Amino acid sequence: MKKMKLVMVGNGMAGVRTLEELLKLTPDLYDITVFGAEPYPNYNRIMLSPVLAGEQGIQDIILNDIDWYKQNNITLHLNKKVAHIARKNKVVVAEDGTEAEYDRLLLATGSSSFILPVPGKELAGVVGYRDIQDTKAMIAAAEKYKHAVVIGGGLLGLEAANGLALRGMDVTVVHLMSWLMERQLDDNSAQMLQSALEAKGLKFMLEQQTQELVSDDHGRVKSIRFKDGSEIPADLVVMAVGIRPNVALAEAAGIYCNRGIVVSDTMQTYDPSIYAVGECVSHRGIAYGLVAPLFDMAKVCANHLARMGIAYYQGSVTSTKLKVTGVDLFSAGNFTGSNETNEIVMHDVSGGRYKKLVLNNNTLIGAVMYGDTKDSSWYFQMIRDGKNVSEIRDQLIFGQSHLGNAGSQGQNLAATMTNAMEVCGCNGVCKGTIVKAIKEKGLFTLEDVRKHTKASASCGSCTGLVEQILASTVGGAYAPPATTVKPLCDCTAHSHEEVRKAIREEKLISISQTMAFLNWNTTNGCAKCRPALNFYLLCAWPHEAKDDPQSRYINERANANIQKDGTFSVVPRMYGGITTPQQLRRIADVAEKYNIPTVKVTGGQRIDLLGVKKTDLPKVWADLDMPSGYAYAKALRTVKTCVGSEWCRFGVQDSTQMGIDIERAFDHMWMPHKFKVAVSGCPRNCAESGIKDVGIIGVESGWEIYVAGNGGIKTVVAQFLVKVKTHDEVMEYTGAFAQLYREEAHYLDRTVHYVERVGLDHVKKHVVENAANRKALYARLLYALQGATNPWAKENINAREFESLAI
Amino acid sequence: MNTWHEVTTLEEIPPLGARVVTTKQGDIALFRTAEGEVFALLDRCPHKGGHLSQGIVFGKKVACPLHSWNICLDDGKAVAPDVGCTRSYPVKVENNVVYLSLA
Repeated sequence: MKKMKLVMVGNGMAGVRTLEELLKLTPDLYDITVFGAEPYPNYNRIMLSPVLAGEQGIQDIILNDIDWYKQNNITLHLNKKVAHIARKNKVVVAEDGTEAEYDRLLLATGSSSFILPVPGKELAGVVGYRDIQDTKAMIAAAEKYKHAVVIGGGLLGLEAANGLALRGMDVTVVHLMSWLMERQLDDNSAQMLQSALEAKGLKFMLEQQTQELVSDDHGRVKSIRFKDGSEIPADLVVMAVGIRPNVALAEAAGIYCNRGIVVSDTMQTYDPSIYAVGECVSHRGIAYGLVAPLFDMAKVCANHLARMGIAYYQGSVTSTKLKVTGVDLFSAGNFTGSNETNEIVMHDVSGGRYKKLVLNNNTLIGAVMYGDTKDSSWYFQMIRDGKNVSEIRDQLIFGQSHLGNAGSQGQNLAATMTNAMEVCGCNGVCKGTIVKAIKEKGLFTLEDVRKHTKASASCGSCTGLVEQILASTVGGAYAPPATTVKPLCDCTAHSHEEVRKAIREEKLISISQTMAFLNWNTTNGCAKCRPALNFYLLCAWPHEAKDDPQSRYINERANANIQKDGTFSVVPRMYGGITTPQQLRRIADVAEKYNIPTVKVTGGQRIDLLGVKKTDLPKVWADLDMPSGYAYAKALRTVKTCVGSEWCRFGVQDSTQMGIDIERAFDHMWMPHKFKVAVSGCPRNCAESGIKDVGIIGVESGWEIYVAGNGGIKTVVAQFLVKVKTHDEVMEYTGAFAQLYREEAHYLDRTVHYVERVGLDHVKKHVVENAANRKALYARLLYALQGATNPWAKENINAREFESLAI
Repeated sequence: MNTWHEVTTLEEIPPLGARVVTTKQGDIALFRTAEGEVFALLDRCPHKGGHLSQGIVFGKKVACPLHSWNICLDDGKAVAPDVGCTRSYPVKVENNVVYLSLA
C-alpha cells in the first residue's frame, strides 16, 4: 500500500513531539515532510534563557539533530517558510517555491513576540525574545552596549533581564502593571521576587507605559520615552510583553482562527485533514504558551494521526516556575480567589517565605509559593485532581511531610543542595548528574529523568527532590505526572480503575481476554501490566480466573525471594512469631544439610535462610516441613505480636493468640502489595502496630484498629480506624479492610498510598459505618481464600520451574 | 560452522517463560516467546549480573528480575536509554527439538 503523506509546517517542540509520538505508535504510516522557517533543527526553546545567561551553548539545546530526521526518513526543509496552503489540491508551497502534497497537514507554526505598536519599534536594537536569532542578537548587544531595557515584567521578560544582567548589562525592567508577573503571582509574592531580583542588580519601573523608542544618528535605539515624559537610556530593547499565535498562514487558507487556529478536542482544525498543535492553536478559547500543555496536545494529535482515534485533549491546568537561579517561586491554578473562596496564607517576611493556598469548598484551586516550593508538585497534583482536602485542611499549609524519608541525607530542599550531593540513595545519583541529564538530553518529565538517570526509579523516596530539580531546571515547561488519567503502563491508555472496572463488569477472566477487550497495543503486555492484570483477575474472579505463573515476578513464581547473586531466601511461617524446639531443630538441620550460608532472624519475628540455590528449594521446603511465610510475595507477610496478657505483667489482651489467628485466617491472601500486620497487647505497643498496614492495639475494654501505617521508605503513622470489643470483630474489620484494599488499590500501591488516594473517610464509610458492606467485604475475602493451600507443598510445586538443563 | 547441541524439547520451555542450561561457558537462558520462537542469552544482565532467565518475558524482550532492565531476546541489547549488551547464542528448533550452539 502506498504510504500517506504527512506535511508539518513549523519545526518546533510541539510539532516534533507530535512526530515522535506518532513514530512510536506507527513508524510506517506516513511519508513525512517538515518545513521549518528557522535554519536549526528542533531545539529546546525553554533553554534559551540558560543560553542567554551563558550557561549553555546553542548546540547543547538541540533536541533532534539532523540525523534524527534522516533516521526516521523525514524530509526536512530548513530555512523555508511556507507561504501558502492550497487546500483544494492539498499542497503547501514555500516562499522559495518548494512544494509538498499532503494527505494530512499538521500546523505547528508557533507564536511570535508581540511587538508594541510604538514609534521606533523597527529600530535596530529592538528585539523580541522567542528564538535563537533573538537570543544571538541579545548576546551580541551585551558585548557592545551598556543599557538594556526589557519591556514586560512577566516570566519571559524576567528571564531575559536576568540573562542580560549576567552578561554585564545594566538592565531595567519596565512593566505596565503595579506588580511583576501579575498573571502568576499575587502582590505579596511579587514584591518578594522584586526585592530578590533587585538584590541581583536589576532595576524596575512599574506602572510605566512606553510612549516611544528614540533613535540615535545611525538608526539604532538610544533611549525609551514614557507616557509621563521621563526617559532612560536604552541600547537594547527587548519586547517581552506577550506572544501572538502565528495564524496568518492558516487564516489566508481560510481555516477558522480566533486568536489562534481553532481546534477541537482531537486537535483538528475546521478542515478535517488539517491538524494543529502548539502555541499557534486556540483550544476551547485558550492559547497555551507553556510546554507541558503542548506535549499533552502532541500526544493526542499523534493518536489521531495514527488512526487510533481514542485520545481527547481537554485542556490543561498549568503551573509556573521561574528559572532564575536562587529564586524559588511557583504558582498554579486560580490563586487570586473570589468571594466564594477562602485563603490560607503563611507569610514570613524576613525569612523570605510566602505561601498562599486558595480553596473552594474544601477543594484546592490555586497556590502561590515563594522561597519554599518543595511541596509545589504535591499542591499542583491536588489542584489538578480536584481532591477533597477537608481531612488534611488544618495541615495543608505546612505541606506534605517528608519527615522520615530515608536515603537523601535528610534533605528536602533541592535548591540548597550542592551538585555533588546525593539525591537518590538507591542508585547513587547526585544532583549535578540529574541537572546535566535534564539540560543535555532535553528531559521534561519525571519519567524521562527516571529512565535516563535512574534517580527516584527504585524506592521513589526522592521523587519530591527530583521533581524540584526538574522544575527548577526546566521552569514552566515542567509537567508533573497526571494522576487522574495515568495509564496502567505503556501498553494501554486505560487507567488502573478502568481496567479493573472492565474486568468486573465484562467478566473478563484471562489476561489475553482483558488485553483483547481493552485494545492493548502490545501482543502480550509488559513486565508492568501482566503482574497487575494477573492480580486484578484473581481478585475479581476467585476460583474462576486461572493464575498465570509467567505473569508473576520471579519471587511469586519460585515462592522464594531472589537475591542479588541469583540465589533465594526461604522464610517459613511462624504464626504470630511462635515457634517450637522441633521447628528450630529442623531449620538447623536444613541449614547444615544444604550448606545455607546465612541464617538470620528477621524483623518480622521469624527466621530467614539466605543463599539457597534455586534447584534446592523444593528439597529445602520438604525437609523444613513448614508452610511458606510469603516473605517474597505481594501478600500477607507476617503478623508481628508482643507477648501479651499470657506472660506480660502489663498486657491486657492476648495479642499473641490474636496474631496467630489473623495470620492463619488470612494466609495465602494475594494483595496489591505486601501487607503487614501487628498486634500489641497494651498501649505500650511493643509490636510496633503504629507503622503497619493494619495495626491492632489491645486495651482493657477491647481492641483499637489502626490502618495504613508504613515503616518503609516513608515512615507514616497508621491512622485510627475503629475500636471494637471482641476477637471476632477484630477479624471481621481487619478482613474487610484488607478486601477493600485488594479490590480498590492500584497494583503495587501499599495501603499508605491507597488510603492517601481515597481518603480515610472512604475507608470508614465502607468498613466501619456500613455493617452490611463490611460483612460482604469480609465474606468475599473468605470466599477468595477458600481452599487455598501452602505453595511449598509437594503437590503445588511445578518441578520444571526449579530444574535446570545441561549440555 | 555451528556445532548444535540438542538441549530439550519446545514443550519443556513454557510460553513467555525460560529455562536455564548449565554449560561450560556458564549458565545460558533459553527463552520462548508467545509465538513459539526460542532465543538464547548468557544468563547475566549487563547491568548487575541479574539472572535474566528469572525475568518476565514479553514480546521479544525480558525484564531483568533485579532492576527491570529490558533486554532484547534476539541480540541481547538493553532497551534504551539503558546501555549494555549480553551475549546471545544461536539456537534453532527442528521437529520441536531445541538445539543450542555455543559458537
